[in-house]
Amino acid sequence: MRVNKPAAARLVIIILTLVFLYLPIGTLIVYSFNESKMVTVWTEASLKWYGALVHDKAIIDAVGISLLIAVLTSCTAVVIGTLAAFVLVRVRSFKGESAFVLFMTAPMVLPEVITGLALLLLFVTLGNVIPFFSDRGVIAIWIAHVTFCSAYTTVVIRSRFRELDISIEEAAMDLGAGPIKVFFAIILPAIMPAEVAAFLLSFTMSMDDLVITSFIAGPDSTTLPMLIFSSVRRGLSPEINALATIIVAIVSVCTFFAWLSMTRKQKRMAADRAKAARAMLIEEKAVIEHRRLYKSKA
Amino acid sequence: MSTGFSVNMTYIRRAFQRRRKEPSMAVHNNTWRDYALIFLPYVWMLIFFLLPFLIIFKISLSVTEIAIPPYSPLVTFEEGAMQIILHLENYTSIFTDPDGTYIRSYLKSLQVAAFSTVFCLLIGYPIAWALATSKPAVRNVLFMLVIMPSWTSLVVRIYAWMTIMKKDGLINDVLMALGIIDSPIQMLQTDFAVYVGIVYCYLPYMVLPLFSALMKVDYSLIEAAYDLGCRPVKTFFSTLVPQTKNGIIAGSMLVFIPALGEYVIPELLGGKSSILIGRILWQEFFNNRDWPLASAVAITMLVILIIPIMIFYKIERREQEKLYAGK
Repeated sequence: MRVNKPAAARLVIIILTLVFLYLPIGTLIVYSFNESKMVTVWTEASLKWYGALVHDKAIIDAVGISLLIAVLTSCTAVVIGTLAAFVLVRVRSFKGESAFVLFMTAPMVLPEVITGLALLLLFVTLGNVIPFFSDRGVIAIWIAHVTFCSAYTTVVIRSRFRELDISIEEAAMDLGAGPIKVFFAIILPAIMPAEVAAFLLSFTMSMDDLVITSFIAGPDSTTLPMLIFSSVRRGLSPEINALATIIVAIVSVCTFFAWLSMTRKQKRMAADRAKAARAMLIEEKAVIEHRRLYKSKA
Repeated sequence: MSTGFSVNMTYIRRAFQRRRKEPSMAVHNNTWRDYALIFLPYVWMLIFFLLPFLIIFKISLSVTEIAIPPYSPLVTFEEGAMQIILHLENYTSIFTDPDGTYIRSYLKSLQVAAFSTVFCLLIGYPIAWALATSKPAVRNVLFMLVIMPSWTSLVVRIYAWMTIMKKDGLINDVLMALGIIDSPIQMLQTDFAVYVGIVYCYLPYMVLPLFSALMKVDYSLIEAAYDLGCRPVKTFFSTLVPQTKNGIIAGSMLVFIPALGEYVIPELLGGKSSILIGRILWQEFFNNRDWPLASAVAITMLVILIIPIMIFYKIERREQEKLYAGK
């Protein structure tokens, strides 16, 4: 009986966790198909709020701005993250290294209100000298997002970098490949999964950021989270339910693919390990056989 | 003599080499190419991360003015002489405010952040354990399910809780139908709602480090403790907790530090009593347009956070070194 106790406890914990995590989201989705304007009173099923969403120009514009910033941010953050990860794993000791590590980790933990205020004051100050910075539009938001996303992309890419086998690079170098060739032919394909993961992570974070963006953004650049926030502050609205359902649907599809690639990778690794084990077994047998023959000869 | 000298030189050289961290790992010697690679991330972070904090500090020492930008300059030139005027009013007004608004909101924030961290730990530990001890195939699915909500928008998640915690929302309806309560309870605009929101949103940050710590645990120790007649509670504290210490600290810091400055969750779910420091900063900046005071509030918050950030940084560092050593 003792053996089953942990399994039962595990099942209860898992069920409670899933209820806690998905009950609010589930309710949100159900009521997005409600006909009534009252968010919590069910009348009949309807797709009316999805129709309203498509015709809401403010929302469409905000989605456009958010997507643009998210794509720009993710591309830049992945480049900076790759450089930083390379430096941290391969170059390691250099002047100002610990300061560098601090810069690359601090944006992950600092409260967003501080980072947001700091960046805004920077843009205002720089704007006095270089007018380019005083226009607080897409470019300013892009810079702010890259700053905090780079910290995350660095962590993700660095952990993959560490798994790389440096002897392959050295072999390529010995065979006459230049550093750029080595990077594009050997390193980049090997770290590609991490690059994709880092891209997706900074994409979602850029799409989701509210506080830092609110500090930076001027009146003409309202991103999607800012729009949702101001509308939620005014009260509940079924249109937001419909929008939330679409966001959840997109995220679930992406999560599904992430899960798929994760399981595939693990299966491949398990197969490789089995193969290696088999090879070792054969080798061992050969050695034993060899010894036996040697002994019988002697 | 000559051999003795060369031996000494080797010793000296070794001593110098040892001062560099793990010489075997330093694959490249630093060349101009390395510096070219460091340049972009380093300069980006210097300009867009370090510089802003210097500016915040500078502005916190000025006073608000009706001008563009709305604060007094620190350095002025009068009659050819440079004058530096440092105002400490913002800091003194934080501490000597007659209503004690700032001090109270700092204490309230510390309280909310600390309790949320404890709640996240109490809820997150069993979840991380359940994940780490499941079969690999199940673990992958559960892992994705636990993380997925954090990939959707934060405002959307808070909005979802607003819908179910309303007076005529799902929770009240269910409790009334079950006969547990007679009239709907007020849940929104209370501290309870703020705690629920923070725990809901920050749970993954707690679960992930705990999960990776629990994956490395040597479970045979637990069996050994049981076999030797150890009680479950004692087993937990003498085997699991020491082995997952770093995960516990890292997770707690990842919840505590951002929760201290949280703005969105108390703004949407909390009432008048949950005036946290993040809300104060936001109000001073956006509503009162007092940039110097907002900067001083931010600097004070940073000072409070330095210790937890340093703890987190040290733990991270230790884990990194362990990874290198393991290679």
